[in-house]
Amino acid sequence: MREIQASEITQVIAQMCKRANYQLPDDIKDCLLQAYQKESYPIAKETLGVLKENLELASQTKRPICQDTGMACIFVEIGQDVHVNGHLTDAIHEGVRQGYQEGYLRKSIVRDPVLERVNTQDNTPANIHYDIVPGDKLKLTVAPKGFGSENMSRIKMMKPSDGIEGVKRFILETVEEAGPNPCPPIVIGVGIGGSFDTVGLLAKKAMLENAKAHHPDPRYAAIEKEMLEKVNALGIGPAGFGGGTTALALHIQTAPTHIAGMPVAVAICCHVARKMEVEL
Amino acid sequence: MIRLTTPLTEEMVQSLKAGDQVLLSGVIYTGRDAAHKRLVEALDHNEPLPFDLQDAVIYFVGPAPAAPGEIIGSCGPTTSYRMDAYSPRLLEVGLRGMIGKGKRNQEVVDAIVAHKGIYFGAIGGAGALMAHCIKKAEVIAYEDLGTEAIRRLVVEDMPLTVIIDTQGHDLYQLGREAYLHYARKD
Repeated sequence: MREIQASEITQVIAQMCKRANYQLPDDIKDCLLQAYQKESYPIAKETLGVLKENLELASQTKRPICQDTGMACIFVEIGQDVHVNGHLTDAIHEGVRQGYQEGYLRKSIVRDPVLERVNTQDNTPANIHYDIVPGDKLKLTVAPKGFGSENMSRIKMMKPSDGIEGVKRFILETVEEAGPNPCPPIVIGVGIGGSFDTVGLLAKKAMLENAKAHHPDPRYAAIEKEMLEKVNALGIGPAGFGGGTTALALHIQTAPTHIAGMPVAVAICCHVARKMEVEL
Repeated sequence: MIRLTTPLTEEMVQSLKAGDQVLLSGVIYTGRDAAHKRLVEALDHNEPLPFDLQDAVIYFVGPAPAAPGEIIGSCGPTTSYRMDAYSPRLLEVGLRGMIGKGKRNQEVVDAIVAHKGIYFGAIGGAGALMAHCIKKAEVIAYEDLGTEAIRRLVVEDMPLTVIIDTQGHDLYQLGREAYLHYARKD
């Protein structure tokens, strides 16, 4: 049994909240840079240039890339041979509290979602997902998620007869309806299968995949490529001003499902697709 | 590039066209969901508003906190459609300009045309850069709302694009069509 102190987790989470908000991961940065080089439509290229400049400034000055520093989405993969000394969940919330305070990050969480909507003023609670895995490591992923794009994500309980063509149509409809709202160029995660409650998480995990990776199954890898091209052919473009760069990446994740169903979720993230991983 | 200084009169915005790039200077006010709700409630109850809406510009933004030595934190636009329920009412009583990002509904477009308003887009997700155009910031109302409080900002050469002009033309539609036309020819 390996021991990890809860206080160490708090410190690491606080650091990660700050870093993730000041600096994009390399895969997304590279995709943006490539899009800038490839884009030929003048207003689109100019807009991508502004985004590039903003990224450089944020990273140099250690300031948030975007004022919406997000809901702190935290993914925890905990090895079954790890023992946390202290309260793991509390330690994570405390890390978010400290990180958002020390890092001058925006506090964007309201306690009651519909009646009072009073801001908790420390960006807690975080949105935490746990997976138990073999081994004695603890892997933490911090992915601050803005809600301009979160609001444009969709779930649909489709029928088996809708087939892959139905899934493709739903992806295009979702992106088209979102238009300029989620701050394109976007990053898209598609979840197919599971159940109503799991398909959204599946889509979000797909959204957080390395932007340059491809699905291990060549059939899905081909669909990812096809749909990324079709999304970019919509012409929405950076900031919605028109252009050939509407999405930077599109990934699919699947899960076994029931004989009667085919849940599909499309998770959308803006170009500030933040994520950071640390393994303890 | 068109340079404009607030307050924006009807004459100043009438010649603007969807797609025009503008550098805006002067005083603007911040407001997003919660502040808009309160502004409209105040109008409904005939209570005074925290600032004069006549020819004013509202920026849909909830800034990040200022670090020591800074005027304001990152400060890019939020998605505008959430203010659609409130904007027509504010345009009716004198609001001239709105700055945000994303689509507006037909009621807002109609109100823009009827009251000679203007809807500008700022580039979403470029908040660190945008903060540099802000020379002064102070909370003037609803401090309890935190980031959603109303702030009076003094801005200098804030880069904006006209999205919906006084005729109701919409850049999101026109820009996409223009690109698709360009891509077909290519």
